[in-house]
Amino acid sequence: MKLFEVVKAGHDFGNAPVLRDVSFEIEEGESFGIIGPNGSGKSTLIKGMTGLLSLTRGEVRYRGRPVKAIAKKELARQIAVLEQEGTPALTFSVEEIVAMGRYPWLKPLADLSLRDQGLVRNVLKSLGLWEIRTQSIATLSGGQRQLVSLARAMAQEPQVLILDEPTTYLDIGHQTLVMEHVRRWHAEQGITVIMVLHDLNLAAQYCTKLLLLEDGQVRSCGDMSEVLKEGIISKVYHTDLIMIEHPVLGVPQFLLTSK
Amino acid sequence: MRAKLRLNKITIAGGLVFLLLLSVVLSSMIGSVKLPFGLSLRILFSHVPGLDLTPTWTLAQNSIVWELRLPRIFLSLVVGGMLSSAGVAFQGILRNPLADPYILGVSVGAAFGAAASIIFFTHSTGWGQFALPLFSFAGGLISLWFVLALAQHQGQRERETLILAGVVTQALIGAFLSFLIAISGQQMDLIVFWMMGSLANRSWTDLWILLPYFGLGYTYLSMQVRDLNIIALGENAATYLGMDVEKKKIRVLIIGSLLTAAAVSVVGIIGFVGLIVPHLMRLIAGPDHRVLLPLSTLAGAVFLLWSDTLARTLLPSREIPIGVITAFVGAPFFAFLLKKGLRRKSA
Repeated sequence: MKLFEVVKAGHDFGNAPVLRDVSFEIEEGESFGIIGPNGSGKSTLIKGMTGLLSLTRGEVRYRGRPVKAIAKKELARQIAVLEQEGTPALTFSVEEIVAMGRYPWLKPLADLSLRDQGLVRNVLKSLGLWEIRTQSIATLSGGQRQLVSLARAMAQEPQVLILDEPTTYLDIGHQTLVMEHVRRWHAEQGITVIMVLHDLNLAAQYCTKLLLLEDGQVRSCGDMSEVLKEGIISKVYHTDLIMIEHPVLGVPQFLLTSK
Repeated sequence: MRAKLRLNKITIAGGLVFLLLLSVVLSSMIGSVKLPFGLSLRILFSHVPGLDLTPTWTLAQNSIVWELRLPRIFLSLVVGGMLSSAGVAFQGILRNPLADPYILGVSVGAAFGAAASIIFFTHSTGWGQFALPLFSFAGGLISLWFVLALAQHQGQRERETLILAGVVTQALIGAFLSFLIAISGQQMDLIVFWMMGSLANRSWTDLWILLPYFGLGYTYLSMQVRDLNIIALGENAATYLGMDVEKKKIRVLIIGSLLTAAAVSVVGIIGFVGLIVPHLMRLIAGPDHRVLLPLSTLAGAVFLLWSDTLARTLLPSREIPIGVITAFVGAPFFAFLLKKGLRRKSA
């Protein structure tokens, strides 16, 4: 079943085109990565796909319907988005932030139901946040805060999780932690995961399908192993590199060779 | 750490209600004629329906408390609540701790709207008195639109840019207002004093004019507290959670402006209340708007009551404009916030 159809999408900032003639599809249940150098249009594409940005040209369809025509609340019940910056350093507690994930499901003025509360509790426990649930998130590290953001997205009970460079500001320990939780969620609940990634090695490890953007255009799209080729990656990123097979996981990994 | 410093919300609310009631009695004792605590209290209770107290006071004392001081006390409570809740709304929806209707120039716009209508139509009495808040509201909305349009830069509103836009708006509309005053002739004194804010010579009628605005505005805002919490996550995050952020923002700002404009139309410009009070309450009670809105409203009421009590009693036989009092407290506080905000710009 087709989840997303992007048809000839294009977008301009002022007179400068940042996306040109982008078309691809995402199937339900996939783990889909969007890669490409800085300025290749990844974030703009994500904003167009989530309806945050109204694209200049083309169309994005979600389950056959134009994203723009779907009410924001309905969309939020289906799609959760984890932003790069995560949650700002507010003085709300971890639990309060995670409970905000229930917002799209709440009736106006109604409080969290028992089921909502139970769900929040489970999410906190499964992400290892239960012990720090009363702490203000302003006191947490960037890595912990991103986990809280993930927990909020989980509490949203979406069918699609979109992550926009979720690990940019994280150390490798928290990178792995966040990605493993996403992988587990994907495996257990069968949700579709779409992620924008800078780190090609993470993309190889966690995505089955990839879209490679260059200068706002689709350079290649398909199975992970088809997209991640030494020659094309080296050219698109303007970097000398070699590709090897991961000795344990058997996926491609890139080593930089510039001195 | 900060969580531990926070007091229990019910304790704070209870404390504030007690403080408010005590302040009402204390303020009704203070003035050119001083009354003992017990006497003031008994005069107040004698007006509670169903309570029949034997008068141990003179008619003059009754009229001092009931006709001179009490309308003013209640008016200051309502105005304080209006300005403070409008401040909570502005700061929350704009995600900017420095935003408030006064700083952004909505108050001066409201004053302009009211002054213009006083000069061009004569309606200081009768039904005209009830129309004044609407003119004020129109003026406030024009300012609001102007300041937001000015601060908007490629869809982004930077914290300090918004404040600068507020300064420009205040200066521009302030100039229009001064011009109106210059051409107004005999109403000049009236308008000048009203620009600095005053609750002098206000009657029960003024209170009745304001109450519906306070009731409607506060009720609307109290239904938005959860959305204000969500918006704290950031505008994109709020959109991803299903909120129509632009629509919500416009509505909340309009209602905040309505609360402010109605208050300004009756008591003039009183600055800084909507800035200081929500900020202090946020430090004491935390960022949750479900708590912050009611607590700030209560605290704003108490704050303005004491500001007005000072305004009418500090100098013998002469009033100080209440806006002067709140500015003495508020401007240094604003300076402190600005300094702090610049140091931790990213926070």
